[in-house]
Amino acid sequence: MNGDPMQFEEPIVRLRRQIEELSAMEAEPARQAEIAELQQKLTKVSSEIYGNLTPWQKTLVARHPQRPYTLDFIALLFEEWSEIHGDRKFADDPAVVTGFARFRGQPCCVVGHQKGRNTKEKIFRNFGQPRPEGFRKALRAMKMAEKFHLPIFSFIDTQGAYPGVGAEERGQAEAIAVNLREMAALQTPLIVTVIGEGGSGGALALGVGDRVFMLEHAVYSVISPEGCAAILWKSAANAPDAAAAMKITAADLKKHGIIDEIVPEPAGGAHADPPHAAEILAPYLEKALKELQKTKGSLLPEERYKKFRKMGYFEK
Amino acid sequence: MAWFRKEKKPKEAVEKSTAIPEGLWVKCDDCKEIVYRKEVEQNLSVCPKCSYHFRLSARERFSMLFDDAQYKEFATNIKSGDPLEFKDTKRYRDRLKVYEARVGKGDAVLCAEGKLEGVNVVISAMEYAFMGGSMGSVVGEKLTLAAERALDKGEPLIIVSCSGGARMQEGILSLMQMAKISAALARLAEARLPYISVLTDPTTGGVTASYAMLGDLNIAEPKALIGFAGPRVIEQTIRQTLPEGFQRAEFLVEHGMVDLITHRAEMKATLGRFLRCFLAK
Ligand SMILES: [Zn+2]
Repeated sequence: MNGDPMQFEEPIVRLRRQIEELSAMEAEPARQAEIAELQQKLTKVSSEIYGNLTPWQKTLVARHPQRPYTLDFIALLFEEWSEIHGDRKFADDPAVVTGFARFRGQPCCVVGHQKGRNTKEKIFRNFGQPRPEGFRKALRAMKMAEKFHLPIFSFIDTQGAYPGVGAEERGQAEAIAVNLREMAALQTPLIVTVIGEGGSGGALALGVGDRVFMLEHAVYSVISPEGCAAILWKSAANAPDAAAAMKITAADLKKHGIIDEIVPEPAGGAHADPPHAAEILAPYLEKALKELQKTKGSLLPEERYKKFRKMGYFEK
Repeated sequence: MAWFRKEKKPKEAVEKSTAIPEGLWVKCDDCKEIVYRKEVEQNLSVCPKCSYHFRLSARERFSMLFDDAQYKEFATNIKSGDPLEFKDTKRYRDRLKVYEARVGKGDAVLCAEGKLEGVNVVISAMEYAFMGGSMGSVVGEKLTLAAERALDKGEPLIIVSCSGGARMQEGILSLMQMAKISAALARLAEARLPYISVLTDPTTGGVTASYAMLGDLNIAEPKALIGFAGPRVIEQTIRQTLPEGFQRAEFLVEHGMVDLITHRAEMKATLGRFLRCFLAK
């Protein structure tokens, strides 16, 4: 865990630099051929490295600052985006964004966690960790979507709900709990995509959907690997062990029936090519929406109940 | 050897089926007074000096709430598996065996039905002694079955929470139990059947962030620790010591998250009164 946590990307970074340098030079056939060859090599090396990431490495990729966030996916996939603010009770929470837009011409509601890229943004977004107001704002928008028969697209990307004094005072637990109960009962299609970090209750509070997709290198867990390691191994340095033990990758979640489909990422991860990542995701959302719109809204909660009712593993 | 046993966090976090440690004398968690064990037990496991409510086992709770201590348990044949083949410093499977031998085969919650002051009711009570009352697939399944039974029979549901939160050893499957139980409670609410959440010390994490906060009424025992994030996690985040009484039941009433605090001696009567009122009996 020492040094650059993303050091496994080193061969990719080196190739990219070589390509950039060559591209900056005068174009001539031999050089063009060399660039093409390096490009091929880059794709191959990226696929190899990203095809063999450990759960901990995936956690780092899921947290990568260049990874597309909710607002990036909105910009890439939706039209006429209009954001709304506030929970009408206490405040607006910038760690959650919500609003209305069109997806392939169809009016819809969008909710999602939002992280920041630079220091200023990170602080403004509270590192993507919602306070109760964020969950309540999202629920307000989702209820409005139900009222106007609009489908909901939810994007999950948070380390978890914010553990702070004010958050506790204003009912962090209650806010999450109410979202779980109310989302279960919404009579409108709800399509969830885990795009980065799915951190515990704060993630699930936007995650009770008819379809749950997960990007190939996203992670989703009951507690952060660091938190789990601190409790069970008595040291946060065991985070890689905890990440492996908790089975947090998209493949694991698919295997345990928690998610519906794994959405592939571009070679080298979504952060290597956000527009391409969005392009790959689009048909999944489109197909899910088409399927769900065939069912009457009032019948969706029953289907959703059956879906979540099956989750869990026990012996008799 | 000390002449009393201090209640400290055992290394393996395996505790007796009641939270009162063995020995002639016990030290109260709250006022730190040393009190005669028998006296505590005869006082509904409440500290005679400061009224701190010691933890109860699920069956002690049932005996206290059901009329004539008569009840029928259900959902008894479900036990934890090891879906992730989880291993930290110890195998989850081995941990489970230790708890099953020491506490019982019911995992961290027991479900029962019977009468409370003459009202037919389904009650689920958590078993803190079983892995800190942690919520994994079994707790999720049993509580969902309890809600479904209440729905089928048209009876009210009471869940007595006592838990540190979701069970890490079942990873994401534990997290999804929050959604599953909450969805079952949504159906109960739709059928206009009362659900009362009783919060006891401690109720934190994913348990608070799902069923424990969703009661038509949330009733807490005095001084119970109730919160989402654990106090230590918050202290590390804000780098400040937390104020006295933070996340205690009284704090939650003050902030509007809990309806009322009820002394253990009054709990049954209080529940009975509300249930008769809601059911217009
Ligand atoms: Zn005391």
